[in-house]
Amino acid sequence: MSARTQEVPRNEQEFLDYVQAGGQVETSDWMPDEYRARLVKFIEMHGNSELMGVLPEREWILRAPTLQRKLALTAKVQDEVGHAQLIYRVVEDLGKPREDCLADLISGKSKFHNVFHYPTRTWGDVGVIAWLVDAAAIISQKALLKCSYAPYARIMKKICWEESFHILHGRDVVLTMMNGTDGQRELVQEALDRWWGPLMQFHGNPIAAEQDPTLTWRIKSQPNDDARQQFLDGYVPQIRELGLTIPDPELRKDEETGRWHYTEPDWDELKTVVTGHGPMTEERLGFRRATREETGWVRDVVLADAA
Amino acid sequence: VSHVYEVFRQERKGQPFQHAGSVFAPDPAFADVYAREQYGRRGESAALWIVPRDAIVEIGEFVDELERNYHRVDGYPLKAKLKEARERAGTA
Repeated sequence: MSARTQEVPRNEQEFLDYVQAGGQVETSDWMPDEYRARLVKFIEMHGNSELMGVLPEREWILRAPTLQRKLALTAKVQDEVGHAQLIYRVVEDLGKPREDCLADLISGKSKFHNVFHYPTRTWGDVGVIAWLVDAAAIISQKALLKCSYAPYARIMKKICWEESFHILHGRDVVLTMMNGTDGQRELVQEALDRWWGPLMQFHGNPIAAEQDPTLTWRIKSQPNDDARQQFLDGYVPQIRELGLTIPDPELRKDEETGRWHYTEPDWDELKTVVTGHGPMTEERLGFRRATREETGWVRDVVLADAA
Repeated sequence: VSHVYEVFRQERKGQPFQHAGSVFAPDPAFADVYAREQYGRRGESAALWIVPRDAIVEIGEFVDELERNYHRVDGYPLKAKLKEARERAGTA
């Protein structure tokens, strides 16, 4: 264990200076109420997203084209649920019990990521989700490795490691289809057309760094638009080299500034979707509600036996 | 009532155990299952230690009132003395 060189300060301004200078905070340290509340909200939404994020893929487990794909998809779903458990554990230590997180999720009080509110129409969607949604997510998650709240940063290390082979799984699905029939290539293109909008909204609307409290407290370390630029830098060439067309005529890189130009994402859609009005929001939350009721007896038995 | 168990994992035999995270479990048997599932499923660990959080004693302060630098490396700044000794011996 490395020696603590500096004590975590016990007043708000000094605490802020400390985390902004790169200082890290542990569960047992003093922290301002606002910092704790921001952490809970941010990390809880991440946990919710992992838990809800398996539902679009779950729908395809029984319809996977081969046994190998069925196993891979099942394993991925299992991983993501595992991430939700790890992340809710961090929230619990910050003072909000998992039961409360789940209750707020299924009542619609708390949020989850925009991309998990949409339907998974074809196997093409499964490939595009596993490849590009996971790619977008890993960019955000890597930026959390430097989070000022150390227990969250440590958990992120394991999560990023698992996400990295989810991306490979998704890319493999897409490549296989692109090397297949015209019909298969069409499925991928149609899925890309459907997902491009939500993908561009994924990292959130550009907020000036000084107005983003999660950056101020150094919960995350990357402004929204930087994450989006990094996504475009990494994945536009990989998408185009397969002969796929990105459905945005404005998309191009400005060689002078190194920044991508793109059609302004539909921020109204993002807001509508994440506030619980997406095309699949009700159905998926309904599924969570039903599962929660159906499995209640298991929790009762386990907790009663252990008591 | 469930308890928190801290999980430490060893990546390969011979390496130190490092804190990996924690699990929330109703009893040690469940803690075992959850820890295996979360931290050992992919063969990423050679071994795990599962410890009830309550059993951990944390010491976070190391006060050195007497400034006992004689038992630390920084208690022996030799550079200036060595320079002087070399000059005296004519080997500088």
